[in-house]
Amino acid sequence: MGSNIIEILKNSQSTILENWSKTQASAMSFNDDLISSQEIQEQSEELITAFLRNLNEENLGNGDAPEFDEVVESLSDLSISRAKLGFSPKETSVFVNGMKNAIIDVLEAQLISQPAQLYAASKKLNYLFDSFSIVTFETFIRGREEVIIRQTDEISEISTPVIRVWEGILALPIIGTLDSARTQVVMENLLEAIVETGSSIAILDISGVPAVDSLVAQHLMKTVAATRLMGAECVISGIRPEIAQTIVHLGIDLSNIITKASLAHALRFSFQSLKLEVRKQQTPANR
Amino acid sequence: MEKIPILRMGPFLLVTIQVDLYDRLALNLEADLIKTISDTNAKGVLIDISVVSIVDSFMGRIIGNIASMSKILDAETVVVGMQPAVAITLIELGLPLTGVHTALNVERGMELLRAKVNLDDYSSSEDEDGYEPDDQRDY
Amino acid sequence: MTIHLAKMRMGMSQMISVITKQSMLIQQDQDVVPFRNRVKECAVKLKMGLVNQTKLITAASELVRNMLKYGRGGQVVIEAVSKRNQFGVRLIFIDKGPGIPDIALAMKDGYSTGKSLGLGLPGTKRLVNEFDIESAVGVGTKVSIIKWCNG
Repeated sequence: MGSNIIEILKNSQSTILENWSKTQASAMSFNDDLISSQEIQEQSEELITAFLRNLNEENLGNGDAPEFDEVVESLSDLSISRAKLGFSPKETSVFVNGMKNAIIDVLEAQLISQPAQLYAASKKLNYLFDSFSIVTFETFIRGREEVIIRQTDEISEISTPVIRVWEGILALPIIGTLDSARTQVVMENLLEAIVETGSSIAILDISGVPAVDSLVAQHLMKTVAATRLMGAECVISGIRPEIAQTIVHLGIDLSNIITKASLAHALRFSFQSLKLEVRKQQTPANR
Repeated sequence: MEKIPILRMGPFLLVTIQVDLYDRLALNLEADLIKTISDTNAKGVLIDISVVSIVDSFMGRIIGNIASMSKILDAETVVVGMQPAVAITLIELGLPLTGVHTALNVERGMELLRAKVNLDDYSSSEDEDGYEPDDQRDY
Repeated sequence: MTIHLAKMRMGMSQMISVITKQSMLIQQDQDVVPFRNRVKECAVKLKMGLVNQTKLITAASELVRNMLKYGRGGQVVIEAVSKRNQFGVRLIFIDKGPGIPDIALAMKDGYSTGKSLGLGLPGTKRLVNEFDIESAVGVGTKVSIIKWCNG
């Protein structure tokens, strides 16, 4: 009986595709700005060809069968690309279920006189497509996660610029919360820049850090300690009065760290350390 | 037996660690170095670790020991050229090497040593160590 | 204690698959450097970043020293593993030493029975993403760590 069903399906590829496209046309009408109907047509055709080519008596109903690797792969690709295009998971899921419905419609038409067989076949097909749906969901989420991870990376790169303010002096304005992942990026960028520029003083400006709790303080102290291990000094500047208050209230000891109220003060301190002097030019009129 | 060479440059000793130290080699270096300080009456030791890719707590302890022992023999120790990844790892490990002076490279390390030794010799009170990363005072 | 163990093991979820696996015996000091090189090779193959590589190798070095000091040497398994879409290196240290009577105590910062700095286990834990320790007195100790490439 099984081979019969496979046979029927393989012979009715074009009918299935047609049915499927019809349902899609109605479902997708509101989303034609994201993807062209021709693309959908191509994707559907590719998917259905791969599915029918690999379908056999044993694997009907078993989505984990190795023969379906190709189908699963193209489903994943499709799902990921749709995630990136901004489709909702529902739309992707409707797309896959549309294929199942189209297949079952064909079977129903052909096996109308053999209800037992029809039932057995649709049950198996349901199992199969359930596992395909799960694949699309999983990959959809992974696709979104990739987007998020990429954006996170971008944000952390954008938000940790190392600026060379003077020969031998680096400044690093930190904007946003300093968590352990951020700290790692900050430290890496800062230490690399110290090596590259041969700087001996780094100013960590925390004016843009909304709050300093004991964890953030710990991250700051780690950064200072690592800078010192490299043979440079690290000054923390941009400490707002309310942050100074919190630090003391929390009992955080910053006594072995050089802190300055503003970047300007930190810069002045750095100049002094490097024995540099900044003076106002004397105008001839004053002489 | 492999040995880490110790170079003498005037009143200073220069050690460049260029191989991954296994324990015996590191312990030998400690002993050799201290003996050389004593023999040559060196005033400073410069340890270049710019090609060392891993410093674990054992290596960290050896470096700390060398610094403390040299100090007893009236010599300053400066560790130079630590790689960023090594510095980050040491901090995460909880080994900030307090009590060891550090500098970016050999040149800066030499400057630092000269400043330290001069300070001792002439006991001048310039505010020289404003930016030196030594937050420790030995008692 | 059992609760403590269970909590620590939670980090290691089941969906980890092993890509490559090799093991080596550690019996003396001289084995440490070649072992570190093998770990490095494995990390480099997975394109792990330099800082994470350094953290992993340092952690490996700490654990292998512990194993030599307290467990009279033992066996290490080096694995390239993957979980979902991330890759990493897993190291498993197995010794037949005296075992650790109180793991919770051994994991506390500043505790050590040997003459080291006492930052062995907790320090090591901070360097890696997943840390799992099992020990039975008189039987031995098994420590397993994972460092993810993007961890």
